[in-house]
Amino acid sequence: MFDFTYHRPATLANASTQLANAEHKPLAGGMSLIPSLKFRLNRHAALVDLGAIAELRGIRREGDTLVVGATTPHAEVAGSTLVRQALPALSVLAEGIGDPLVRNRGTIGGSIAHADPAADYPSAVLGLNATVVTQQRSIAAEDFFKGVFETALQPGEIITAVRFPCGPLTQRAGYAKYRQPASRFALVGVFVVQTAAGVRVAVTGAAPSVFRFTAAEAALNKRFDPSALEGVTLDANGLNSDIHASAVYRAHAVVEMAKRAVAAALGQGGSN
Amino acid sequence: MPTVSMTVNGKAVSGTVEGRTLLVQFLREHLGLTGTHVGCDTSQCGCCTIHLNGKGVKSCAVLALSCEGANIVTIEGLATADKLHPMQEAFREHHGLQCGFCTPGMIMSAVEMVRAKGHDLDEKTIRKQLEGNICRCTGYHNIVRAVQAGAAAMKGA
Repeated sequence: MFDFTYHRPATLANASTQLANAEHKPLAGGMSLIPSLKFRLNRHAALVDLGAIAELRGIRREGDTLVVGATTPHAEVAGSTLVRQALPALSVLAEGIGDPLVRNRGTIGGSIAHADPAADYPSAVLGLNATVVTQQRSIAAEDFFKGVFETALQPGEIITAVRFPCGPLTQRAGYAKYRQPASRFALVGVFVVQTAAGVRVAVTGAAPSVFRFTAAEAALNKRFDPSALEGVTLDANGLNSDIHASAVYRAHAVVEMAKRAVAAALGQGGSN
Repeated sequence: MPTVSMTVNGKAVSGTVEGRTLLVQFLREHLGLTGTHVGCDTSQCGCCTIHLNGKGVKSCAVLALSCEGANIVTIEGLATADKLHPMQEAFREHHGLQCGFCTPGMIMSAVEMVRAKGHDLDEKTIRKQLEGNICRCTGYHNIVRAVQAGAAAMKGA
């Protein structure tokens, strides 16, 4: 990898100052950034390591909101009693990311800022209608993910936390993932949430960016049961197609994973 | 060039590194601790697994400078002067290796697994928890047996 200057600020204010330079890049767990630097896919004048900023890490509940700090590692989300009580599906999702060693290091903020089309977390963020908080503003999930590795974040903007609605706002949720067995990324992953305002179905891995599967939402609004998705289809046009799965294959897998996610939400088992 | 200080296997160490120096390079090339291996260098194989502040991580995907002040344990830090760690002993006893290249990472992951999941590990748990470590020789069966026995043995150690 190309060399860079390394900064390790202790405060968010200092990190903001160091990231004001567009040539500088924030480093969280580094599970995607460091491999991409090794491949020389990216080059940055400086990396600003967010790992020493205590206020960015940790999980807390504020009423009907679960707040996950940006640099909280996946293993911490997976193992958190607070998360298990508030949003068990989020705990299941975190436990299925990568492998145990990656989960000890990779962070929720890093994952969504990177916006890998096959990452798990974007489906939960969009499905649960979460809010991404930065040091400057709050961004609704619907406005956050813009495309392949592309988000609404401006240069210098740092994610500080993700706020997930929970409690009565989120009645039931489930996640099911058809994982690519070598990388353990989502070939497709589906996060289903039943809320007082209706069902939300968010799909990752299938398209350039996470999206809502509205036909499935309509079917599940009528009846929240896996069988409600019989006959529901997803148009393969525009879906990802690669060595691992064609677009048509992914379209089919999305419907199947949606069924499993509903089953999981209903406590009928399911898979991740 | 910046300097970094950390504790490795109980000893305070420091060195001059580049921004891009990886933890595994610092361990192997600066400290001569070559028990930590580099297999794939793409953070898939787990041969470079070490413990960073008590948690298993892939040292080929961590910057040395990110470990300022950290407590690191490598495979060299497990055994005492003349006695193997119970997990190492279990790998020897159960023939949990062939070429041995992945073994340091397997053992560091196995010790981490006991921390995370306890001493009484079933086969399914062990296989799931070893997803970050690749072995191209053994077919994993003996590794699983070794981890199970090692985890139990660590209870008494």
